[in-house]
Amino acid sequence: MTPRIEVVGIDSLVLRLFDQIDEDNMPWMLAASQRVRDAFGAALIDLVPSYTTLLVQYDLAQLDDQQARQYVRQALDGLQPAAAASARQHDIPVWYDPSVGPELQALGERSGLGVAGVIERHSTHLYQVFALGFAPGFAFLGLVDERLASPRLATPRKQVPAGSLGIADRQTAIYPLVSPGGWNLIGRSPVRLFDRELDGFSLWQPGDRVRFVPIERAEFIRLGGDDTPFQEASA
Amino acid sequence: MSLLIEQAGALATLQDAGRSGVRHLGVTQGGAVDWLSHGWANWLLGNPLQAPTVEITLGNFSLRAQTDTCLALCGADLGATLDGEPLMPGRAFRIREGQTLIFSQPRQGVRAYLAAPGGFSAPAMLGSCATVRREQLGGLNGDGQPLAKGDLLHWRGHATTMRNLPEQALVPLPGAGLSVVLGAQIGDFTGQSLFDAFNSDWTVDQRADRMGVRLLGPTLRCARSAMISEGVPLGAIQVPADGQPIILLNDRQTIGGYPRLGALTPLAVAQLAQCMPGTVLRLKPVALERAQREQRRLLASWQRTTTE
Repeated sequence: MTPRIEVVGIDSLVLRLFDQIDEDNMPWMLAASQRVRDAFGAALIDLVPSYTTLLVQYDLAQLDDQQARQYVRQALDGLQPAAAASARQHDIPVWYDPSVGPELQALGERSGLGVAGVIERHSTHLYQVFALGFAPGFAFLGLVDERLASPRLATPRKQVPAGSLGIADRQTAIYPLVSPGGWNLIGRSPVRLFDRELDGFSLWQPGDRVRFVPIERAEFIRLGGDDTPFQEASA
Repeated sequence: MSLLIEQAGALATLQDAGRSGVRHLGVTQGGAVDWLSHGWANWLLGNPLQAPTVEITLGNFSLRAQTDTCLALCGADLGATLDGEPLMPGRAFRIREGQTLIFSQPRQGVRAYLAAPGGFSAPAMLGSCATVRREQLGGLNGDGQPLAKGDLLHWRGHATTMRNLPEQALVPLPGAGLSVVLGAQIGDFTGQSLFDAFNSDWTVDQRADRMGVRLLGPTLRCARSAMISEGVPLGAIQVPADGQPIILLNDRQTIGGYPRLGALTPLAVAQLAQCMPGTVLRLKPVALERAQREQRRLLASWQRTTTE
């Protein structure tokens, strides 16, 4: 593997490790992230992994472009994929229900799997966290079964409740906070994904693995979930 | 020891240098968009350069002092008056209990920075008080809310000094063009578009906020329309399908999938932060080596001045 190193800003490089989204990328991405952190040490300002790339922002007061490239080459020299055991796994309870997942019924019909079939397919796959973005704690998980793949809504909703589980193309995600959003909603999770009160807390990080565990309404409420039915916000 | 906000205006937020080391969690950078004026406002009072200040956008902002103190003002001229007396940016000043400081409307620039002795008090969320409304992070109560009427601002210490802005501190207007470090997907733009990008006038659009600033001008064409999302740096110039560039600022989303020409230098970001909608400007390519050298020189001279 020979990653490309590209300049993207005065103090930022993108390390392009792959050209396609693939679950098999992740052990390499994890290993590369760790090696870059180690190589740059205190000269690293930020590191943003995403699907196929790492964005490295370094401290200009300590390094110039040449030195930064040197560190990157050092970090990637002889890179080996991280062992699967080094990725954390999360079991995330989800109440799959039309009252909190307005697209669940339609997806069941469109896919020919029915609601039960959609839930079954969605909750059996072990997903990977490809990247976090859009909002604090919002994890892009994939890859969703092809029969569940759904294009984003033509008009994004102004307000999606916190905890909502959605599908967009072959990705799935939970909205950590109330926010606008255009993903197809199929359920809701009671789990807190991001907590601003806890310093640096995010339930998951890029490279982690995630499985969804279907739960009933009673369990959802017991776990602190808000079962207020989804309502389209008035314009 | 407090200031009472009587009028909150379009947007007034507590800001500092922003958050680092948390973008892999989807948390944006935040922080003062005109980081130079923010730093100078602190310097005027002898504060640490990254201490929290109030970033006042466009004006319609006023506050009343509940105690005697010193404050400092830098950045945009928003028609500030202290009990009716005009107050120019670039200086520290005394304010007495009961006096009112009013920012009316922009005369030059967009964002003014108000500093208080030792920096304003606000809880650090992920290492910073930077207010990001969309993320419900930072600000007076840590929940991302901008400053509102009735809020009380407190500060952390005593002013060690009261200064005026040195001559060399003035940020040049972007008349000569905003410097751009070329990179990212630059090779995927058509030759004509690359020519247009750096030889045309660009107009700052109304759609401009702390996330990004849209520019209006010739349509730029890129061989690729979308890409796999990747991390985007401060000042990145992304070009969506309509061919009109958007320059991403401090509150941008952490990853994005539009092709990019490159990114503004930090100085150019500070300059853009003060451009009103309607401002006509140019983009000017700069070699990476030179950009890095100039940025280091800027920081070094700042360091020298600020540690004298």
